[in-house]
Amino acid sequence: MNCVLGSDNILNDTVLYRVIYEAVGQVLPCGMSYVVAGLAMMLLLVNGVLLGAGLFSWVERRLIGRFHNRIGPNRWGPFGMLQPLADLVKLLTKEDLTPRGADKLVFAIVPVVMVAPVILVMAVVPFAKDTALANLNVGILYILAVTSITSIAIFMAGWSSDNRYAMFGASRGVAVLISYEVPVVMSLLGVVIVAGSMSLDDVVTAQAVPFFLVQPLAFFVFLAGTSAELNRTPFDVAEAESEIIAGYHIEYSGVKFALIQAAEFGAVLTSSAVMVTLFLGGWSGPFASYLGWAWFLMKIGILAFIFSWVRATFPRLRIDQLLAFAWKFLLPLSIINLFATALEVYFLRDAAGTLDTTDLWFMAGINFGVAFACLLIFGTLIKEKVRPAGPITGATLSTGEAD
Amino acid sequence: MYGINLAKGLMVTLKNFTKKPFTVQYPEERVKQHPRFRGEEFVWYEERCTGCASCAKYCPLGIIKIVTSPSETAPAEGDKYKLELFDISINRCMFCGLCVEACPYDALFMGSGFEQGQYSRKDMVVDIDQLRQADKHPSTFFRPQLEDTGYDPRADRPLHWQEVGREGWQWHQREKMGMRISRPVPSDLLPDEPKVDSSFVEDNPATPALTPAEEAE
Repeated sequence: MNCVLGSDNILNDTVLYRVIYEAVGQVLPCGMSYVVAGLAMMLLLVNGVLLGAGLFSWVERRLIGRFHNRIGPNRWGPFGMLQPLADLVKLLTKEDLTPRGADKLVFAIVPVVMVAPVILVMAVVPFAKDTALANLNVGILYILAVTSITSIAIFMAGWSSDNRYAMFGASRGVAVLISYEVPVVMSLLGVVIVAGSMSLDDVVTAQAVPFFLVQPLAFFVFLAGTSAELNRTPFDVAEAESEIIAGYHIEYSGVKFALIQAAEFGAVLTSSAVMVTLFLGGWSGPFASYLGWAWFLMKIGILAFIFSWVRATFPRLRIDQLLAFAWKFLLPLSIINLFATALEVYFLRDAAGTLDTTDLWFMAGINFGVAFACLLIFGTLIKEKVRPAGPITGATLSTGEAD
Repeated sequence: MYGINLAKGLMVTLKNFTKKPFTVQYPEERVKQHPRFRGEEFVWYEERCTGCASCAKYCPLGIIKIVTSPSETAPAEGDKYKLELFDISINRCMFCGLCVEACPYDALFMGSGFEQGQYSRKDMVVDIDQLRQADKHPSTFFRPQLEDTGYDPRADRPLHWQEVGREGWQWHQREKMGMRISRPVPSDLLPDEPKVDSSFVEDNPATPALTPAEEAE
């Protein structure tokens, strides 16, 4: 039985899938080998993302430790690398509690709903040349659709837990996620305009100049928006430990908590992977046809470092500051970026509608100017609304007008 | 400008990222400890102790219990006592060091340890056998004769009873009346260059014991 994928098949571009499919097709009927190859790819992807999440939890703890002049976990394994395993074993042996008033079904499926989008996103990200699981022609749309499932999962967790803190966290989290979805999508539109395609593979090949140079404003907005969507420290109002204990996952323990944590750490990696693909040139680099995966992983590492760095540096914003940052700062920036990019592409593209490298460098120059001008103007316009503290009198205390 | 301070904050953390961490990996690494550290596990030299119970009297908490009885080895001398009990209830000890200051014969020293945590309060009473058998790493607290030798209790070897006294005192020139046991210094404990003058050791052939005539002077 010689099974060959049809050239119109969406999985035909995936070299690894095709190899597995044809190898298994020697012994199994084509329909079964289709499933077996799919399961093999799934195994790779799921384990890759979850192992990566475990590894990243260790990396981040080490990095933040060093940012705090500490060492970080270093007791088990070389440099403490087995620490995630120890954490996992600890969490697996914990009792899996469900609150009495909880909506048991919803409560139980939340961890799965949280982990699923993280893994699903990786399906369309090209790790190296022709190595994406599926080269969707609407890849960016797919990513945006899948990642917004997270906000539903957060709200499910908050709603089903029968806990006020969880509800607070969930409503905050949903507010943040919905707000930041807008500037993130707007910033991605600029990338789509320049690349002329929504397929991630095409976006990578279009990056003769990495798009973080061509679209600096979009990169900044996407970075800020993504770290807000990841619920990480400057924007972690949804699970603010010092305010609402753990937010939406306050009632989760044991395996479910482990899955939620894995989803959070894995989301950093997948977001980094998406950002690498969209802005840092994906797998492209010297010897990209052999070392594409290495460039990809290296760029993910750089972005993960930036995420940890930001997390180690900034204190948490208040929820109103957070929403104001999204609506008053990031959204105008992304709109300006979108208009600027549309005009540049309109005037620079040739008859076939494509941009060559010189055009991209030209756009990079213009967009850097636009970015600096925007940051300067907005930075000066948005004054910090902090008045110097006046004398506190009994009147201000009683009416609460001190702030 | 709004936002410039964010970059400054990032630079501050990046600067700290490049610094060496100041964590001390405690069981493997240790902070250098001062020789005068007043620590646990009192160092007690049975050979020097006369059972006078000065330490017990001076202890503000009353946690030292000493029981003595006339020694059967030399009852005729009348002043030689055998120590039956020397219990220090270390769970209430505040390490003030008054017992060490009170000891007239340099028999009791502060210890240099801090790792004698126990699971039971009963185990917190240090009895005479523990005191006998413990490694003698005396702290130099209130013992200038040790401090002058530059002794470091944590790093250096344990000290023998003949190395730790203020031997200028006349009644320390040889085995004093209260000292019951005259054991030779084990050769492995003797320093290469004796830090303390050990001429008082009676069985040291280089410096014979004082004759009664000399003693009378």
